[in-house]
Amino acid sequence: MGFFDRLKESLIKTKQNIVAKIEDVLKKSTVDEESFEKIEEILIEGDVGVKPSLELVEKLRKTAREQRITDSEQLKQVLKEEILKILETGDNKLKNVARTPLVILVVGVNGVGKTTTIGKLAYYFKQQGKQVLLAAGDTFRAAAIEQLEIWGNRVGCQVIKQKEGSDPAAVAFDAVKAAIARKIDVLIIDTAGRLHTKTNLMEELRKVKRVVERELPGAPDEVLLVLDATTGQNAFSQVEYFNKALDLTGLVLTKLDGTAKGGVIIGIKSSYQIPIKFIGVGEKMDDLRPFDPQEFVEALFAS
Amino acid sequence: MVFENLSNKFQEVFKKLKGKGKLTEEDVNLALREVRIALLEADVNFQVVKDFIAKVKEKAVGHEVLESLTPGQQVIKIVHEELINLMGKTNAKLNDAGSPPTIIMLVGLQGAGKTTTAAKLAHFLKKQGKKPLLVAADIYRPAAIKQLQVLGDAIDVPVFTMGEQSPVDIAKASINFAKSNLKNYVIIDTAGRLHINEELMDELKKIKEEVSPHEILLVVDAMTGQDAVNVAKSFNEELGLTGVILTKLDGDTKGGAALSVKAVTGCPIKFAGMGEKIENLEPFYPDRMASRILGMGDVLTLIEKA
Ligand SMILES: Nc1nc2c(ncn2[C@@H]2O[C@H](COP(=O)(O)OP(=O)(O)OP(=O)(O)O)[C@@H](O)[C@H]2O)c(=O)[nH]1
Ligand SMILES: Nc1nc2c(ncn2[C@@H]2O[C@H](COP(=O)(O)OP(=O)(O)OP(=O)(O)O)[C@@H](O)[C@H]2O)c(=O)[nH]1
Ligand SMILES: [Mg+2]
Ligand SMILES: [Mg+2]
Repeated sequence: MGFFDRLKESLIKTKQNIVAKIEDVLKKSTVDEESFEKIEEILIEGDVGVKPSLELVEKLRKTAREQRITDSEQLKQVLKEEILKILETGDNKLKNVARTPLVILVVGVNGVGKTTTIGKLAYYFKQQGKQVLLAAGDTFRAAAIEQLEIWGNRVGCQVIKQKEGSDPAAVAFDAVKAAIARKIDVLIIDTAGRLHTKTNLMEELRKVKRVVERELPGAPDEVLLVLDATTGQNAFSQVEYFNKALDLTGLVLTKLDGTAKGGVIIGIKSSYQIPIKFIGVGEKMDDLRPFDPQEFVEALFAS
Repeated sequence: MVFENLSNKFQEVFKKLKGKGKLTEEDVNLALREVRIALLEADVNFQVVKDFIAKVKEKAVGHEVLESLTPGQQVIKIVHEELINLMGKTNAKLNDAGSPPTIIMLVGLQGAGKTTTAAKLAHFLKKQGKKPLLVAADIYRPAAIKQLQVLGDAIDVPVFTMGEQSPVDIAKASINFAKSNLKNYVIIDTAGRLHINEELMDELKKIKEEVSPHEILLVVDAMTGQDAVNVAKSFNEELGLTGVILTKLDGDTKGGAALSVKAVTGCPIKFAGMGEKIENLEPFYPDRMASRILGMGDVLTLIEKA
């Protein structure tokens, strides 16, 4: 099943999905004040957040007034385009660098899907015929190293590790050295989950990044923050803090196979200019898709 | 963040005379507008907010205003009390089986914190002189069994495993093991799963039928957004939950999911996870949670003095 179908399927499964509700509203009434209020509610229920929802609806209101939109189908189109515009800004593709290895650092709060995403990413690159190396930079959580090793076995790539409790920066250092020596195409570094408010743990991440930079100028090429689509408004705070500490290059939105809408990324995307590079739609190796805004919005609006 | 200055806004809106008889509808509406935004920003589910506001409004109009409070503050006081009422006034304890072992099953979405919480609970019980057994019934997630073993080792609590056999068989066998080894608490760690995954939800139902747990606790990430109600509703309908454990409250999330989950399941929230370490499990205190969800620190301090 393709990404589009899968997303569509998971959206249809949800009885209260955004789109069906929007369409309900729009079907019933010609465009009036009530339709806007309903749309606002629907956006909030999709985790878009109060302020971004208000802003979106405000824009929609203005456009409707200016263009004298009375037709609900047209109003839906305008909203779709408005959201698409937000999601499309920036380059949603991974960076293309001339040198190897391409180095990707993966960060995020606890349990969002970092390690799994790394397994999927490794598979994604392997499919393109690339040599991949993984670094077990989570030296803290119980069996985090073993978890990454299982993914390494599944995908068929090596894992650089040290023992539990060792310095993650030292693991990263080893991994960069090894990647260069072994002429690896892509190095992906796992890190322990941490809440963004814990300054000492954020400093630890900065150190990992510094070590990588020192060993390979320009690296890490990508610093990806993994966000769980089930997360509500705290995702804003996560992006804020991780970006401040590490200058993020992209976001990955996981667990979109559930019923959570992941609407929070709409607000995040309009407040921070950080592109969304991948989405996770399951626990299996091939459940990762490059983020395609058009497809995402189409799937969101397909009923 | 966006509504950081909510308290300030409040002070301005309510720079009115203190204690002026009964709350008018206008007073109440004015204050509840801000409360609504605060709750939504805290990720309380939209429908839950709607019902809650309606209920509070009914209670508040005509309510006497205390001498020391402004009408706005009086409304917040009522809101705060109602929030505490909704989340359960006192701290709810674990159920106890008449004859041991007490069987506890942890369920929830992927990554919510089940495995970590299982170990934390075992540690919590062990400190009270109980003899817990941890059961590794997650056969899907890479290294899930190993994770529980490492945690069990760290607190010196045995971990029952049968490799990757059926979780139903594992659960069943673990009870016999607990009985013959005189363990009085059995804590079953299950794999994370989506509430819409019928096959995996069936597996939980079968475990339940097989071992009749005294507690089926839903582990919920405190950062969960609007979808918390759908998740909690499904797990509750399928399994009949007895309680909730909220995790990752050590961050800056307001944790509105607590209110949503309580509202849709009616189950008490029994514990709060306050960190990654094994000792970071605390009994859940509804009053603290109410203040956290509502934010408005300044206003609440004022009210407390009243
Ligand atoms: N349904 C679903 N589950 C996912 C997805 N991505 C990851 N998971 C699951 O989420 C859980 C946590 O994933 P991990 O990869 O261990 O998350 P993490 O961020 O590395 O966690 P920590 O290292 O403990 O912070 C696992 O059970 C994964 O199988 C996804 O896209 N969809
Ligand atoms: N900060 C913080 N992290 C927590 C807390 N509870 C659990 N975690 C972390 O959250 C992540 C996921 O925890 P797990 O116990 O593996 O979650 P799980 O529900 O068993 O995950 P799956 O088995 O993959 O579904 C780990 O990194 C834990 O250390 C908590 O209260 N606070
Ligand atoms: Mg991990
Ligand atoms: Mg687990």
